[in-house]
Amino acid sequence: MESRPSPDRPQPQSLSDLYISFTLLALQGFGGVLAIVQHELVEKKRWMTREEFVEEWAVAQIMPGPNVVNLSLMIGARYFGLPGALAALAGMLTLPLVIVLLLTFGYAQFADHPGLQGALRGMGAVAAGLITAAGLRLLSTLKTNPLGLPLGIAFAAACFIAIALLRWPLLYVLPSLGVVACVLTYRKLKP
Amino acid sequence: MSGITLQWADWLQLFMQYLSLSLLSVGGAISTAPEMHRYLVDETRWLSEQQFTASIAIAQAAPGPNILFVALMGWHVGINTGSILMGLFGVMVTMVGIMLPSTTLTYLAAQWGHRNRNLRGVRAFKQGMGPIVIALLVATGWVLTSTHNDAARDWPLWLLTAVSAVVIWRTKLHLLWMLGAGALLGWFGLV
Repeated sequence: MESRPSPDRPQPQSLSDLYISFTLLALQGFGGVLAIVQHELVEKKRWMTREEFVEEWAVAQIMPGPNVVNLSLMIGARYFGLPGALAALAGMLTLPLVIVLLLTFGYAQFADHPGLQGALRGMGAVAAGLITAAGLRLLSTLKTNPLGLPLGIAFAAACFIAIALLRWPLLYVLPSLGVVACVLTYRKLKP
Repeated sequence: MSGITLQWADWLQLFMQYLSLSLLSVGGAISTAPEMHRYLVDETRWLSEQQFTASIAIAQAAPGPNILFVALMGWHVGINTGSILMGLFGVMVTMVGIMLPSTTLTYLAAQWGHRNRNLRGVRAFKQGMGPIVIALLVATGWVLTSTHNDAARDWPLWLLTAVSAVVIWRTKLHLLWMLGAGALLGWFGLV
């Protein structure tokens, strides 16, 4: 990688640091890992700013494949190129894979346990809150977005209404709103 | 279900199936689950209905990215042919299949985008998509919550989601405390 982030910023020290960090992120991710990644890497470890996170997330979201896996490999690649991407990817997948395989053995016996079902319900509700919080927190980046705050809020509101309230398919909403937003941004950026 | 037989040609076909699904999985691999169901349960009958459902349920309940439901499908196909070893082989076939195209594409796109990050078009894309992908996070939280749609019964779940969103948004509390609280409340039937 030709340009690493400046050395005075916190960053992963080595490939094994990346692997372990992403393993720990994955293991905390009940009902979705993205909220954990945002919280730990941006708010706690400060490897990247909120603005940088949103930019990477835009790419991870638009590419095929699981978004949070895409995001992990992109973050890994930022620091250590291809080996970094593979280390982050391996961290995200290996230990959780072992855990789900072990869980399949016990699943049949415990699937109907009322306490366990209740616990999963409760964790699901919290996970929905965590992902909402990650979104609310990142709204602060709209202030520095070249679109300007009013337009930024308008696009965010339109997307929320289309996906959450009208339940239109992502496959139509993302490209159509996206093209308009990107063209407007393009025109606002200085050549 | 057991006693199915897969020839090498069948394994290859399974691999090819997941390679192509990988490229279609914009917005996450779960969006291709209906196609997986059609192929594995209805058409080839390599998986039983229960195994298909359990694969998704376990991966969502377990820590880690939800994409691991794909690994569990491969695991169950292999187990159905008769051995744990083939189960592990199945995990490899489906996981490499679903990950290889999308991660390669994302890596190349991210590297290209990083090399050309000063281009006006690249900046316009990454920043223009910002408001939309941020709103997607909030919308995801909303959609997850509204799957519980009986106000009289589900209001404690909604409250839990709202409280955890605000707490995580406004404070520095560790996410695991909230997840643990959700699990406990659910275990004792309070939400």
